[in-house]
Formats: sequence, structure tokens, C-alpha cells
Amino acid sequence: MSEATAVKEHISHEHHGFMNTYIFSLDHKMIGKQFLLLGLIMLLLGGGLALLVRWQLAYPEQPLPLIGASQHYLETGEAETAMDSYWDSELSKTEDEQGWLVQKMPVGIITPAFYNALFTMHATIMVFFVVMPILVGAFGNYLIPLMIGTRDMAFPLLNMLSFWIAVVSGAIMLAGFFVPGGHAATGWTGYPPLSTDPAWTGVDWGQNLWCISLIVLGISSLMGSINYITTIINMRAPGMTYMRMPMVIWALFIVAILLLLALPVLTAALAMLVFDRLAGTTFFNPAGGGDPLLWQHLFWFFGHPEVYILILPGMGITSEILPVFSRKPIFGYKAMVLAMASLAFLSWIVWGHHMFQSGMNPSMGMTFMITTMVIAVPSAIKTFNWLGTLWGGSIRFTVPMLNSLAFVSMFVIGGLSGIFMASSAVDIFIHDTYYIVAHIHYVVFGGSIFAIFAGVYYWFPKMFGRMMNEPLAKVHFWLSFIAFNCTFFPMHILGVGGHMRRIYNPMQYEFLQQFEHMNIFITMSAFALGLTQLILLFNVFHSMFRGKKAGDNPWNANTLEWTAATPPPHGNFDAIPTVHHAPYEYSAPGISEDWLSQTNELQPTNGNGH
Amino acid sequence: MSDVFTEERANTLVQDYGGTPPPIGAGPSDPGNGGRQDSSGKSHANAILAMALFLGADVMFFAGLIGAFVVFRFGALHWPPPGQPLLPLGITGINTGILLISGAFMVKTWQNIDRWPHKKITKALTLTTLLGMTFLLVQGYEWFRLVAFGFKLTSGTFGGTFYTLIGCHALHVMGAVLWLATVTVRLARNRLDQQQRNTSIALIGMYWTLVVALWPILYGLVYWN
Ligand code: HEM
Ligand SMILES: [Cu+2]
Repeated sequence: MSEATAVKEHISHEHHGFMNTYIFSLDHKMIGKQFLLLGLIMLLLGGGLALLVRWQLAYPEQPLPLIGASQHYLETGEAETAMDSYWDSELSKTEDEQGWLVQKMPVGIITPAFYNALFTMHATIMVFFVVMPILVGAFGNYLIPLMIGTRDMAFPLLNMLSFWIAVVSGAIMLAGFFVPGGHAATGWTGYPPLSTDPAWTGVDWGQNLWCISLIVLGISSLMGSINYITTIINMRAPGMTYMRMPMVIWALFIVAILLLLALPVLTAALAMLVFDRLAGTTFFNPAGGGDPLLWQHLFWFFGHPEVYILILPGMGITSEILPVFSRKPIFGYKAMVLAMASLAFLSWIVWGHHMFQSGMNPSMGMTFMITTMVIAVPSAIKTFNWLGTLWGGSIRFTVPMLNSLAFVSMFVIGGLSGIFMASSAVDIFIHDTYYIVAHIHYVVFGGSIFAIFAGVYYWFPKMFGRMMNEPLAKVHFWLSFIAFNCTFFPMHILGVGGHMRRIYNPMQYEFLQQFEHMNIFITMSAFALGLTQLILLFNVFHSMFRGKKAGDNPWNANTLEWTAATPPPHGNFDAIPTVHHAPYEYSAPGISEDWLSQTNELQPTNGNGH
Repeated sequence: MSDVFTEERANTLVQDYGGTPPPIGAGPSDPGNGGRQDSSGKSHANAILAMALFLGADVMFFAGLIGAFVVFRFGALHWPPPGQPLLPLGITGINTGILLISGAFMVKTWQNIDRWPHKKITKALTLTTLLGMTFLLVQGYEWFRLVAFGFKLTSGTFGGTFYTLIGCHALHVMGAVLWLATVTVRLARNRLDQQQRNTSIALIGMYWTLVVALWPILYGLVYWN
């Protein structure tokens, strides 16, 4: 049977019903899109929670705009607007009959308990249900088979299960908002004793569901990572040696290894936490011989590899996009791969930098300080090699490129604040302040989310066969970039000024009252940042149906996904491609075009005879 | 300008890829079907690799639990804490022997899978399964006695770590025994072709080896005093 008929046969074996194509699809591309949709929906939700948090910080204990009660009602008790009458009727009911909204924010004022749940769930959702599903789930699934030149993942069924288990996990997580006692309110780090004893927070099943959801997510991630690693090791197209793999595949490969080894540790810790809560063990409770610090060690032993799980795919995407729009090979391919591998390795031995103030043995602080500072070396290698890639290139400021440049510059700021915090003496002062919040957001929003933007704009034509609207995308980029910096840069100043994170009402502290205007400015910028994302959503869904039709290779890029049809059919390629080159042969001497597809048999001259 | 650019580029090219790119076909994929799932050799290799990865994750899970145990045990003044029972060292020692023998059977079968006659393979696997069951029964009986003594999951960190750690291992053994029993029955009934047989035995062999190899570590850490 020839290759082509084999493929046809394979395709016609597929059932073509709606359910099998869109819901329980086994095709890695559809599963990737499903993860993308899941992540985008969760992004809206997580963003909404953040805006509620921001409102409370800028206008503490004042009714929310639009849904809150009017000033008139608050002063006189007379209903003036429609919302006033709603709050009025709800408040006159007995406590059991009151609706969900009035329990969480009577007259539109967020209660302290709900505030705690808000920032906890904002972070939990963003880390586990936005950045991971999109960067690892969506891009991993969509790109790995296409870019290594195979027809699907090694285990398509496992792949589908991994998605649906993630959905179940998300549903369990969201259910926590609606149980008595409210959702988990410990911060996304779940420190005991807050997380072990309902007496502290009043939260009962919210915390249980939080644990169970993350255990379930661990199963999904385990399936995904096994699939990714197996596929990359065993199923590369002929000629696709390891050192010819695109950087984003390297990044996803390393991330899958980190996921495989890091998440089970979290699962073990979560299992102990659930036992403490439900079965009466005392792992984290000193009264029964347990130790709350043990949780912190286990959580951060998982947690620091986790933050590299969030950033490495973004680094990969950036390394993919910069060469394409500089029309130059990536600078120092091998160094880039080694830098990622050493970041992954180092991420296992730095966890204590989250615990300088925890009461752990101070001599360990010194050790962790040194290992953490060492991280700056591979980080700097990455950064300088990106700059080296740009140097002397003929740069095209397309939207994916703009977002990748934002990634590089914002990651540098986030990395630098990391170095300050890594110094345990400095960290005594800034630990648990807004300085940390600034750092987190420069790396995760400035890094991971801008990488997501870049990746979506870059691969959208391949995914959906249409171009995204460029002017709209530029507006979205610039507004996001400006609003992002206005939102998060001032947080460094707040942090140095002693503004604690995770507090309900900063105005209660005299020394923080001077920051009221800055908090208001941050909140306004945050709302602008949130609203700007509606442009992206509109652009995605509008372009999906109305965008200009895209060719197979709109960016003149080299990697294999651009040799497939647009959008790629089930099975991806007519015939499995053979790879002849490293992925970044741009402007190669002796070639008439400024790009050289990995499947092109031409060899560039060695550059002596130009 | 463009000349300078080309020269620079050529230099990076030579540095990055050592002048000539690596040869075609150096990748491990089979050129014929490019990773389609209908090739049984490929899916065998995939399954083995996936199992190895799963075991890696499993080891990390146990590392988390063992880490917690180590913190408690070596941080405590008295272990077992006053008033808590000594764990059954002797009988569990014998039980350890039983599990190790079953592991030896498994490994021997796995190694000789292409040499031994079908009958012998089935017999060896049946023995492995029975030894695994014996291990579980003995351990179950010991748990029974411990609980009757009043030693429970809630007996401080001593009880908590004992039942979660040993319990997680017991769950693994239980899963492995069920799986092994299924494979053995299908083998006895001749339901597996050669390729399926080799794959199933390799997979359960890997899993069994991990479960058996973990046990002496747990025995030494948890039971020994
Ligand atoms: C140059 C590299 C980096 C260094 C030296 C560094 C250092 C640190 C340190 C010392 C802390 C603890 C501060 C404290 O709580 O007092 C921290 C927190 C944090 N870092 Fe980084 N970091 C780096 C890169 C990253 C990256 C790439 C990410 C994620 C993509 C990240 C995400 C986080 C998060 C989420 C926290 C806060 C965790 C929490 O307490 O909620 N960091 N970092
Ligand atoms: Cu860290």
C-alpha cells in the first residue's frame, strides 16, 4: 500500500460526526484548540476576579460600579436604581434564602472572606487553568506533531482523556465558589495552618475541592507529559535529529519532563493535606507532631519547577518568532538548548528562596541564595542570545514580533527583580509585599501571557486558515503593553514602601494611606488592561470566520508546520516530510530566497564565495 | 551593509551547525510510515517508553511521601513515639522475602520471554501472582492486628506516615496483582499474539519491578528500628 493511499484509508476510517470531530476528537490539532478555548474562557474568569481584587484595593469597602448600590441608597436606605431595589429585596430575606451574590458582596461591597477567595482563585486559575492549558496544552498539542513531522501524538486516546480530565478538574475547581463556607482563601500556595483547619478561614469544602481539583489536574498533566515525551523521542520525521528540532519543541520537551517529575510531588503533598482535613492525620499540625513547614518545602519543591513550566514554553515561542522576523538564524542554538536544560535542572535546587522568612534553618538560606543567583547565568544566556538574534537582522515589526519583543524586555525586568529577592538580606524587607506581586506579574504576564499573544498571532493562520486583523492586533498589543506596565510597574514602589500583599484594606494602615492614589492609578490601568483583552477575543473569533484567507506559509518560515496544508488535514502531511536542515536557515548564503524550509534539499554554500 | 550581514550570518551558520548539517536519516523515525500507529514495533517502543516515564512520576510521588516520613522520623526524639506499638519486624521481613522472590520470577520470565516455552511462562507468572497475593494477605493481616491494638491513621505522625506510605505501596501491589492476573489468564487462554504477549509482559514486568524494588527501602525505613 503506497503512502498516499494509506493516508486516505486512515482518514476515511475516521468517523465524521460532530461529536467525534469537535468534542471527543482524537486529533492533536483539535485537542490543542480545545485547550486554547478552555484557557481563554478561564482567562476571562481569572481576569474578572483580579479586577474585583483591584477594585477593593483602590476603593476599599465601596460598592462596585454598575452592580453596587447607589450612594443615595447607602445614605438614606431608599432604593433609587434597579440594583438598589435588588439589594434591598435580597437583604430583607433571611440568611438561608439570600442569593449567592449578596452573600459574597452585599450592596456590591466585597466581604473580607470573599476577598481572600478572590485573590486565591485568581492565582490558582491563572497558573493552573490559563497559562498551563494554553502554553503546554494548546501549543504543545498543536505544535509537537506538526513541527517534528508526524501524523499525531503517540497516544491519541490518552491525549483526549488528558483534555477531558482537565475539564473535570476545572469544573471541580469552579464548584468551590458555590459551596457553604466559600472557596479556598489561603492564597494559591495553600499554607497550613490556614489550609488545614477550617477554624481559621471558615472555609471547609472550598479547600477540599481545591485540593481534589489539583490532584485530578495532576492526572491530566501526567497523561499529557508522557504523551509529549514519547512522541518527541520516538516519532520524529526522518532527518529530524535532536539538534534540528525547533526551539519551541525543545522547550516543550523539557517542560514535559519537569511536569512529569514535579507534579507528583504536589500530588503527594495535596494527598497529605486532604488526609489532614478529612481523615484526622496531623502531617502539618504541630499538635499531633506534624510540621507546617513541611508543606512549604513540598509545595515549593514543586512550585519553583512549576514557574519554569510557565516560562519555558514562552521562551520557546519567542525563540521561534525572533529569527523569522529578523530573517536571521537564531544566535547560539546549542547554547539556547543547554541554557533551557540548565534552567530546568537548577529549578530543582532553589525552592528555599520562597522560604527565607519561614523560620527554616538560616544556614539553608545562604545555600538557596547562591543556587538562586546561579539561575541568572542561563537566564542571561537566553536574553543575550535573543539580542544576538536581533542584532543586524532585517527586523519586521509584525504583531507576533512585537509581542515577542515585549516578552524579552518584560522578562528582563522580572528576572532582575528576582535577583534582588534572591538576596536573603534584601528579601527580609520585601518578602510578602507588592514587590513580589510585581515580580510575579512581570514574569508571568509580561513573560508567559505576552508569549501566548505572540504564539496565537503567529500560528493562528495555520490553525484556522485565516489571517488575523493586523491593525486591530497592533492596537491590542500597544494598549496591552502600556496598560501592563502602568499596572505592574508601580507595584515595585508599593512593595518597597512596605505595602503587604494579600491585605483586604490598605487604608486601615496609616503608613499605607499615602499610596491611595497609586493604588487608584493601578486599578484604572488594570481595568484598561482587562478591557483591552476584549479586542483580542473579538479579533480571534472574528478572524476565525471573516479573516483574510491565509496561504500555507504566510511568514516565509522554515519549520515543518508551514509545509502542511492550511489548516492541516487529519494526518497533517500528504507524505511524511524528510528533514534536511536545522530550523533557522534564514538569509543563507547561496540561496535566492531569504528562507530555506527544513524540507528543502538545497544546501547553503559555506559563505566564502558571496 | 548586506555584505557584512551575509558574512556574519555565514559565521553563525558555521558555529551553530558545525558547517555541514547532520546527515539525513539520523533521526530515529522509520522512514516508511513516519510514525503511523499501525506499526506494532513502534507502538511497542512507545508503550515501553511511556511506562518508564510513568514509573519516573511514580517514584517522585513516593519521594514526596518518603521525604515527609524522613522529616518526621529523624526529627523526632522518640520513634516510635511513647505508647505506640513496635511494628512487626520479623513477619514483615519474611513477607519482604516473598515479594523479592516474586520479583525474581518476574524478571526471569521477562528475560527469557523468547526462549521459554509458553507453558513455562504461564506457570512462572502464575507463581508471581500468587506470591504477590500472599504478600498482600500477610500485610492485611498485620494491619488488622495493628488497628486492633489501637494504632490508626490518626495516631500522630507515626500512624499517619505509616498508613499513607505503606498503604500507597499496598495499593500499587494490589493494582499490579490484578493486572498481572489478567495478563496471566489471557496468556493461559492463548488470547495474546506474540507481539501483544511481549509488550504486556514487558509493561507489567517494569511495573512489578518498581513495586518490588520500592519495598525493601520502605521496609528498612519504616519498620527497622
Ligand atoms: C532570574 C530568575 C528568577 C529569580 C532569581 C527569581 C527569584 C524569586 C524569589 C527569590 C522569589 C521569592 C520572593 C519572596 O516570596 O520573598 C520569587 C517568587 C516568585 N517567582 Fe521568581 N524568580 C525568577 C524567575 C521567575 C520566573 C521565570 C517565574 C515564572 C514564570 C517566576 C515566578 C515567581 C512567582 C509566581 C513567585 C511568587 C510565589 C508566591 O509567593 O506566590 N519567577 N522569585
Ligand atoms: Cu522560585
